[in-house]
Amino acid sequence: MTVATAARAVGKGPRRRGRQRGVRRGDQFAGWAFVSPAVVLIAVFGLVPVVWSLLLSVQQTDLTSAGTWSGGANYTKMVHDPVFWQAARQTLLYCVLFVPITMVLAVPIAVLLNQKVRGMTFYRMAVFAPLVTSTVATGVIFSWLYNPQIGLINAGLDKLGLPQQGFFQSTGEALPAVVGMTVWGWLGFAVIIYLSALQNVPRELMEAAALDGAGRVRAFFKVELPLLAPASSFLLVWLTINALQLFDEVYVTTKGGPLHASTVLVYYLYQQAFVNFDGGYAAAIGVALFVVILIVTVVQLWLGRRTSHYEAG
Amino acid sequence: MSQTTTLAAPPRATPAETGPRPRRRRPSPLHLLLVPLTVVMLAPLIWMVLLSISTEAETRRFPPGLPGGVHWHNYLDAWQQAPFGHWLLNSTIVSVACVVGNLVFCSLAGYAFARIPFLGSRLLFIAVLATLMVPFQIVMLPTLIVVRDLHMTDTLGALVVPNLATPFGVFLMRQFFTTVPRELEEAARIDGAGRLRTLLSIMVPLMGPTLATLSVLTFLNVWNDFLWPLIAIQSPGNMTIQLGLQNFQGAHLTNWPVLMAATVMSQIPVLVLFVLAQRFFVRSIASSGFK
Repeated sequence: MTVATAARAVGKGPRRRGRQRGVRRGDQFAGWAFVSPAVVLIAVFGLVPVVWSLLLSVQQTDLTSAGTWSGGANYTKMVHDPVFWQAARQTLLYCVLFVPITMVLAVPIAVLLNQKVRGMTFYRMAVFAPLVTSTVATGVIFSWLYNPQIGLINAGLDKLGLPQQGFFQSTGEALPAVVGMTVWGWLGFAVIIYLSALQNVPRELMEAAALDGAGRVRAFFKVELPLLAPASSFLLVWLTINALQLFDEVYVTTKGGPLHASTVLVYYLYQQAFVNFDGGYAAAIGVALFVVILIVTVVQLWLGRRTSHYEAG
Repeated sequence: MSQTTTLAAPPRATPAETGPRPRRRRPSPLHLLLVPLTVVMLAPLIWMVLLSISTEAETRRFPPGLPGGVHWHNYLDAWQQAPFGHWLLNSTIVSVACVVGNLVFCSLAGYAFARIPFLGSRLLFIAVLATLMVPFQIVMLPTLIVVRDLHMTDTLGALVVPNLATPFGVFLMRQFFTTVPRELEEAARIDGAGRLRTLLSIMVPLMGPTLATLSVLTFLNVWNDFLWPLIAIQSPGNMTIQLGLQNFQGAHLTNWPVLMAATVMSQIPVLVLFVLAQRFFVRSIASSGFK
C-alpha cells in the first residue's frame, strides 16, 4: 500500500504525461512477469493443495485412483477411533513436555552465551550444531545412545548401580525418550531466539540498573527477563506448532511403537495414507491438525498484542 | 561470579583508545559453565564420529574413550554396501537446483512486490504470506497427486519442482528490497534502464548477504528434508542421502560403526557449510524463526 502510493507520487509529474502512462503500463506487465514464476509454483504446491486437502477429507480414496464422495464418514470414523485419540493425547503430552523443557533450558544458556568471553564463537557454534544435524542423523545417534544393550546411557546407569532402562523399547519411556532427543535438536533454536532478544536489550538499561545498585542477578530478573517476554511468546507458539508436526524422529527411531506408545498425529496420518492406503482418512486427520495449528496461531497473535508493550525500542 | 562481566561495568573505551594494556585479563570463570555445556551439546556428535572409526567391540566400552586405532574401513564398508556416492550426488543436485530456483524466482517476486506498483500485488502477497503458515503435512497428499499428474513420481524432479520457490524466500527478499533506498534505482531509471536491468545491475551487487542467507537456509532445508522424499521416492537410485541413510539403518542396525560412518557422511556437507556460513544461519534463524 505505502509502496504503491509512494511510487505513484514519484511517477506523477507535470512533464511527459504520455510517457508516464506508458511506464505504468509497463509496470503492470513487469510486475506480473516478475512474480508469476514464484506465485504459480506457490499456488500449485501450497495454496491449491490446502483446498484439495479439504476435498480429500470427504472422500474415500487410496490416492492412486479416483475417490468416491463419502460426506463426513472420515470424520465420524476419527471420532470413534481409539488409536486416533491415543495419538492426539500423546501429541499433546509431547508438546507439554518438549516446549517448556526447551524454553526453560534455553534462557540460562542464552544469558551465558551473551557474555563477553574468549572463544565465544566456538561455544555458540557448539550449542547451535545440533540445529543443523538432520533429523535422520539425530535418530541414528540417539538409537545408539538409548540402546538398551550397548547404548552409552544404560552403560553409564550400570556403572552407577542404577537400574537399566528400555527407552525406545518400553511403552512408558518411548515418548519421553523422543522428548530428550528433540530437546537436544531444538535447544539451539530457542537459544538463538533468546540471544537475539538479549542483544536487543539497550545497554543503558543495564547500566542504569547497575548504577541503582542492582547486582547482576537482580538486574537480570528485573530488567532482562521481562524484556524476554516477546521472545518467549513467539517461542511458545513456534515450538508448539513444530511439536504438533513431529514425524521424522519418530519414524526413524520407534516407528510409533511399541504398541502405539509413541504414535503422534502426523505419524498416524502417514500410516493411514501410505500403510493402510486410506488417503481420505489421512486427509481428515490433516484437517484436524490444521485446525489445532490455526488455533495456536490465533493465540499467538493475541499473545503478541498483549506482550508487545514490553518490546524494547 | 557473573559480576566479572563487562555488562555491570561502566562503558569501556575501545582497545584502540586505551593505549598500553594494563595487564592480561584472567580467564573468566564463566568457562567453568561454558565448557560442560559445550561438551553436553557436542557429545552425541563426537560419539558419532568416534564410533565411526571404532571396531564393533569398542562400541560396548564404558566409559567411552578414544578407539584403539582409526578404522577407516567402516567408511569403505558403508560405501560398498550402499550407493552412498549416488545418494550424495542426488542430494547435491536437488539442493543446488532448489537454491538456484529460490535465488532467481524469489528475487524477482520479492523485487516486484516491494517496488513495482501493479494491479493485484497486495492480494497476491497476502496469499503468499498465508501459505507460509500452512504446515507441509497438510498439503503433502494433494502435492503428491499433483506430482503424479505431472509424471514426476519417483524422479528427482519431484523433489526439485515443488521447492523451486518458497513463500519464505519471497518474504525474505521483499523485506530486503524495502530497505534499499529508492534513489538508487531512480538514477538508473532516468538513465533509461528497465526494471530487469535495474534489478540486475543496481540491486544484485547489494544483495550478497541476503542471497547468502537464502542459499544457506534453502540448502539446509532441502538437504535435511526427510518426509517429502520418503513419500515421493521409491527406487534406491533416486533417493537422497537422508532417505538412503534411513533405509541403510533399517538394513544394518547391528553394525554400529558402519552405520555411524554412513551417518557422518550424510552430515559432512551441512556441517562444513555451517562452519563457513555460521553468521548467516544465526542471523536468518533469529529474524525468521526458521528451522
